[in-house]
Amino acid sequence: MRNLAQGVEGSNPTLNIVIFAVFVAITLVIVFRASRSSKTASDYYAAGRSFTGPQNGIAISGDYLSAASFLGIAGAIAVNGYDGFLYSIGFLVAWLVALLLVAELLRNTGKFTLGDVVAFRMQQRPIRAAAAVSTLAVSFFYLLAQMAGAGGLVNLLLGIDSDWGQNLVIAIVGVLMLVYVLIGGMKGTTWVQIIKAVLLILGALAMTLWVLGKFGFNFSGLLQGAVDRGGANGEALLNPGKQYGKTGTSKLDFLSLGIALVLGTAGLPHVLMRFYTVPTAKEARRSVVWAIVLIGVFYLFTLVLGYGAGALVGPETISNAPGTTNSAAPLLALELGGPVLLGFISAVAFATILAVVAGLTITASASFAHDVYANVIKKGKVDSKQVEVRVARITALVIGALAIVGGILAKNQNVAFLVALAFAVAASANLPTLLYSLFWKRFNTQGALWSMYGGLVVCIVLIVFSPAVSGGSKPMIKGVDFHWFPLENPGLVSIPVSFLLGWLGTILSKEHDEKKYAEMEVRSLTGAHAEKATTH
Amino acid sequence: MSTSDQDLVDEGGPGDNWQQVQASPEFAQLRRRLRTFVFPMTVLFLLWYLVYVLLADYAHGFMSVKLIGNFNVGLLIGLLQFVSTFLITWLYVRYANRKLDPVADKLRADIEGGAQ
Repeated sequence: MRNLAQGVEGSNPTLNIVIFAVFVAITLVIVFRASRSSKTASDYYAAGRSFTGPQNGIAISGDYLSAASFLGIAGAIAVNGYDGFLYSIGFLVAWLVALLLVAELLRNTGKFTLGDVVAFRMQQRPIRAAAAVSTLAVSFFYLLAQMAGAGGLVNLLLGIDSDWGQNLVIAIVGVLMLVYVLIGGMKGTTWVQIIKAVLLILGALAMTLWVLGKFGFNFSGLLQGAVDRGGANGEALLNPGKQYGKTGTSKLDFLSLGIALVLGTAGLPHVLMRFYTVPTAKEARRSVVWAIVLIGVFYLFTLVLGYGAGALVGPETISNAPGTTNSAAPLLALELGGPVLLGFISAVAFATILAVVAGLTITASASFAHDVYANVIKKGKVDSKQVEVRVARITALVIGALAIVGGILAKNQNVAFLVALAFAVAASANLPTLLYSLFWKRFNTQGALWSMYGGLVVCIVLIVFSPAVSGGSKPMIKGVDFHWFPLENPGLVSIPVSFLLGWLGTILSKEHDEKKYAEMEVRSLTGAHAEKATTH
Repeated sequence: MSTSDQDLVDEGGPGDNWQQVQASPEFAQLRRRLRTFVFPMTVLFLLWYLVYVLLADYAHGFMSVKLIGNFNVGLLIGLLQFVSTFLITWLYVRYANRKLDPVADKLRADIEGGAQ
């Protein structure tokens, strides 16, 4: 069903491309302007720490509201009703972990990466290597999901269903993203995210008001519309359980997913890195507040848009369109505002992928250049910061190439599965170590290594032997069945295991650096000698 | 301990005095104020979220009870998760501005002033 010869009926691919090209042209000008004041490592990795809290908060929401959030959740609500809403709640509540426990302390202690914080009072080289491995793993899965999503969008919005045509568009998205990252660094990337977030939120707001207006601003009436359009089982759209309530295993799977979502966000490296782009911990706090408000309001919009798509377009039409559930929001735009609104929403969807991919690439390249190259290979004795930035740029190039190839190979894979995987790995490999090192005095190198590598390995092994990879209803590898782990999401097991390993590894090792812990604790709480903003 | 990260060595700082600051009553107060707010609040919102997930997962009948028109218990509790998230955010910011920042600012000024 997903490879119909045409894109969405009534769509005007030329118009979609023109609107997207305008977005690219405007952002490229801004990126070039931003690059003029970008000289040092702090400029490249952390935009000179010169963004304000509100600016960074908007950029965070731009980074976080990926194609999965926008197209995926609206589509899930349109087709599966209430169960789609559950995702947005997990994604939102997760920000309280970042606000209360992570953002400010991380900003006060670190410089550019996750490795800076977890290696602070540990043996530098093994911990930085481990932090880089898990950063690269999370970033790669997330990148793959976004690039694979780009392939589906091309089919949906531009009506390109030939293999080489889709591959070409994935390659163009990859190359554009690299231009942003290489020329603009963190500053350019941040501006792209800010512009994209504003367009996305305003677009969603306009559509939300439009949908509500059609139902006389009566939310219950909108729900009734979705029920009526939903056919025999329409009533089930209002209640939980349509997607996950079928068996005991699927209920357990939902619990596992819920835990991974709420604990994953504060361990996502590209989210953590954004806290370094502001001058102080107080601005980091303000940026999370802005992010929480914008993301929360946006998810309320998607609730209306999802049920609106169900009521005005109908789950049947959505499921039969190219791109299936992902097409709910674009089809709703077409229904409401014709080809022009569809073109705008399509361009915003592409911009979303572009901005998220750019943020991931800069994070992964910073982690490699700063943690692996400068501190593990060169043992902290790099000739100059210019060399480190050059290494970061080369790494970005390699990651960009991998993302293009990976995106082409993963084109037909289940995107939601890849995103959930990234969240599960982040929650298992990164979050326990991050929390232990910020709050637990006794924590040490062995505990951190056990928790990071243990969490990562358990998580990936459980995924490889899960029904998502083989033997399930939509497996990655068809025709064979080697699964023995019953759940698609490993979080329920891998996150507690990682916390446990961190504790066990710590108490089985005598290493403990009182002095360094005193420095870390005082610095993290007071912000003394934290990295300052650069002035130009 | 010798750290191999050039960035963390060349910044100076009070050296051995970190432990003195850590042991000071002012710092103990800052740490206590932070932890007595964020730890119970984290437990609270995680439990509240878990209750919601478990209800949505295992109590379909209860969540499907209609309140006004098509607006049911599930939607109400779901929207209350948004409300509680916004509320906790507001409470934390107010608390941090009043109770944490003044102490942290004073300590930071002492430390950075003493080292220069």
